[in-house]
Amino acid sequence: MTFSQITRRSALTGISVAALTLITSVAASAEDVVKVGLILPMTGPSASTGRQIDQAVKLYQAMNGTKAGGKTVEVIVKDDTGVADVTKRIAQELVVNDKVSVLAGFGLTPLALATAPISTQAKVPQIVMAAATATITEASPYIVRTSFTLPQATVPAANLATKNGWKKVVTLVSDYGPGIDAEKAFGEQFTKNGGAVSAALRVPLKNPDFAPFLQRVADDKPDAVFVFVPSGFGALVVKQFVERGLDKSGIKLFGTGDLPDDDQLDGMGDVVIGLISTHHYSAAHPSPENKAFVAAYQKANPGQRPNFMAVGGFDGMALIYKALEKTKGETDGTKLVEAMKGLSWVSPRGPMSIDPDTRDVIQNIYVRKVEKVDGHLWNIETEAFEKVKDPVKAAKMAK
Amino acid sequence: MTDTTDQPLAPVARASRFLAAEARWSWLEIAFWIAAFGLAFVFRSNHLLFAEIAILALFAVSLDLILGYAGIVSLGHAAFFGLGAYTVGIMARSGWGDPLTGLVAAGVTAGILGFLTSFLVLRGSDLTRLMITLGVASLLHETANKLDWLTGGADGLQGMMVGPVLGHFSFDLYGTTAYVYALSVLFVVVLGLRVLVHSPFGHALRAIRDNPLRARAIGIPVSRRLIAAYTLAAVIAGFAGALLAQTSAFASLDVLEFHRSADVMLVLVIGGSGRLYGGILGAIVFRLAQDGIANITPQYWQFWIGLGLVALVLLGRDRLEIVGRRLVGRVLPWLVGEEKAR
Amino acid sequence: MLTILFDGVSTGMLLFVLACGLAVTLGLMNFVNLAHGAFAMVGGYVTVIAMQRFGVPFLATLPLAFVIAAAIGLVLERTLYVHMYGRNHLDQVLFSIGLVFMAMAGMDWFMGSSPQNVLLPEALKGRFDVGGVGIGRYRLFLVVVCGILAVALQLVLSKTRFGSRLRAAVDDQRVARGLGIGVQTIFALTFAVGSGLAGLGGALGAEILGLDPSFPVKYMIFFLIVVTVGGTSSIVGPFVAALLLGIADVAGKYYVPSLGSFVIYALMIAVLIVRPNGLFARPGR
Repeated sequence: MTFSQITRRSALTGISVAALTLITSVAASAEDVVKVGLILPMTGPSASTGRQIDQAVKLYQAMNGTKAGGKTVEVIVKDDTGVADVTKRIAQELVVNDKVSVLAGFGLTPLALATAPISTQAKVPQIVMAAATATITEASPYIVRTSFTLPQATVPAANLATKNGWKKVVTLVSDYGPGIDAEKAFGEQFTKNGGAVSAALRVPLKNPDFAPFLQRVADDKPDAVFVFVPSGFGALVVKQFVERGLDKSGIKLFGTGDLPDDDQLDGMGDVVIGLISTHHYSAAHPSPENKAFVAAYQKANPGQRPNFMAVGGFDGMALIYKALEKTKGETDGTKLVEAMKGLSWVSPRGPMSIDPDTRDVIQNIYVRKVEKVDGHLWNIETEAFEKVKDPVKAAKMAK
Repeated sequence: MTDTTDQPLAPVARASRFLAAEARWSWLEIAFWIAAFGLAFVFRSNHLLFAEIAILALFAVSLDLILGYAGIVSLGHAAFFGLGAYTVGIMARSGWGDPLTGLVAAGVTAGILGFLTSFLVLRGSDLTRLMITLGVASLLHETANKLDWLTGGADGLQGMMVGPVLGHFSFDLYGTTAYVYALSVLFVVVLGLRVLVHSPFGHALRAIRDNPLRARAIGIPVSRRLIAAYTLAAVIAGFAGALLAQTSAFASLDVLEFHRSADVMLVLVIGGSGRLYGGILGAIVFRLAQDGIANITPQYWQFWIGLGLVALVLLGRDRLEIVGRRLVGRVLPWLVGEEKAR
Repeated sequence: MLTILFDGVSTGMLLFVLACGLAVTLGLMNFVNLAHGAFAMVGGYVTVIAMQRFGVPFLATLPLAFVIAAAIGLVLERTLYVHMYGRNHLDQVLFSIGLVFMAMAGMDWFMGSSPQNVLLPEALKGRFDVGGVGIGRYRLFLVVVCGILAVALQLVLSKTRFGSRLRAAVDDQRVARGLGIGVQTIFALTFAVGSGLAGLGGALGAEILGLDPSFPVKYMIFFLIVVTVGGTSSIVGPFVAALLLGIADVAGKYYVPSLGSFVIYALMIAVLIVRPNGLFARPGR
């Protein structure tokens, strides 16, 4: 053994011991504090999801105070970098160390699913504020969702296509869980309505050059193309769609609201004007609740616009507050979840409620069209499908 | 190295004495393991993080075997890690939840992949090897994404039922079982590798790393040694992946992601490669730093880690080591005293 | 069919501009600079900021992207990189990854984590048909700009005094120094130009690849693939490799969409198995 190897080892013991003392010095919680562990991807590719939710949660507390049901609500924000095993570890630590009463956040489906066993085992409510795969709420009886399910937004899109008289549609989705969900939900509904999906294209998530796929669309000459891509890629698709001249050849482009994401819509340029989508939230929703929400959000975060991620986080906090009011500050997980079931309120997105059977969200899905108002691009709502339940679970219940 | 046919006796005796001294256990090494296992009884609230560190350390140690000892750089080590994770994951989902047999199975599948792909890394420059390993891992990642009926695709593998370790210790919420289990596997692997790297096989690997041509000239079967080392490293990486899947009862595509390969490389280089304990040190420093900084600034912790890396390289690890040595020299007596008391 | 070929060529050309700086630092200066993508990101953001905040037209932002990225490259080379030339590759990797982390977090802090969009001028939008082949204007623009750059680079390297000095400095630093060649200056200039090209590539590519703070890691792998497949001893190698990969990638996604993502990796492994040092390796190196 050389000297340097010896000291290396002792250094390592020293460092770990010192670090431990630091970490364990977490202050004990007072009786009247309810802790909410907010786990979000704050770095990495899904960082913008995390930011939107984080800002909306802070905004909710700024607008409504920190008291609910006689308790002070304290939010602990953690970054899981969008990696599932980290999410799970952080959730576990929040439960056993920080004694949180509620876990919240969850930017992506695998992150929510990885944490499900923890919420079941520890009987802690898990509020899903973003992830949108339909099956998530089935993973644990403690999961409640305030975002949306992808089929919930997709099935209306298929109905819209039928209504507009489009017979032949190509689907173009990102090659991962939610994309495949969307492809399936759309295909099933559209074929049921008597339409035909002439090609189902999947774009790799890693190097998304849409050009070759859009060329396929052009060669296929459908009436319309249905697109689902994760938030952030929408602008690329629309631009390349136009660049390829597909708009001029009469092919319609439509999709879920992930495509004209409010977060980036204004920077996409005039090419997106006229783009049709179906979604549960538009920052242009004409209600006093939404006007107040958007104004406060923009005041707190200049130059930014809240998107459906933000509203998911905002309503997640609303749900927690309302449940605490209902239990009068009781933080037992089972009682909290019971209190959440059937709750309904008017959110910035419009009326919404929690389905007592599935713990999933019931909400209106709006048909929107991108228009320019006062020099800015907005998703203007033109019609609404009211009180839409998650179609996947609704179909299961019917059986 | 054991070949003693024509050599005079004295140098051989001297050499073997030198080698034996190199392989001897130092009391600090022993103290480290005692302390590590001792942590299972204290700081209960951090056991999850410790378990994660132990797993990362095991992964880094496996990379050390090929990078530090055999001189093969790899940016695709996550391929074996991920394969191990999915192996136990799929077994556990199909009802075979016993951790230890799962661990062995993961080692076997990862080892087979390692053996098969080892032929690709025998030739070429560092850059070529980096890119080939990266390519293999990327292909595996895409395959796992495509086989969503088997792997659950991007949603991750659902419904893993992991049984108790040795039929007794089930995984608890605090992560104590997870920590002791992961640490034990790390300990056994390090024990094994200790013997291995001080054996003729280990010396042959180092000779190849330092100069493949000369190694071949003195009669070392270079390709065979490299294949063996690469396969063994794959087995150990498979163990690490299996541990992660078992302790978190979950496996998703990110066990195969590029960032795993890159992280483990960082960890190893921070700790120092070719020293067996470098990976462990790196894992401890990297994860604690990451966790600590991310608690303070969840959004911008990457900046400070980056700054740390740049400073580490610019100042030079050697210089830091001298400073550290002086510091440790003062704190050491106090530390050792505490350990004995425990 | 020809449209696919054309799209492939333009993607390849873009890859080349993004990667050629890396080919120079890695191949000629033997420095593993994983932070190359960060310079590309800087270029992209320069364009976005100049257009959004100061209303500079798109075309005018391109030289700006080059100059600013090059300037940052020059400063970093003089202050930090210069200490790293003699170090081993692992240290260089560690160092440049550290820079990438800082660049990503820093950009996030300045600009936010949302993807940014570049608004092209009308003249570059849309497409036209030439004998049944649909040609996107912006893609044609890419091919022309990148083509000119490639030719210019090759000429500079092979025909000018600077090029021969650079090659001399790379082949044998000591002798070159003995001959009175300012090795340091040449390296600094080369590094700056490489960074500048990355910045230009980032600005040009924002339209097609997208732009957000994770850009440096997202596309680093592709730059490395181009350089390794092409071989690190010339500019021609990466150029051919970039074209090949661009065409293979686009064609693969068009004809076998279900296997689209495999093509680029499989091609790389295949090439490297047959020619471990890349397509255009100089013999004996």
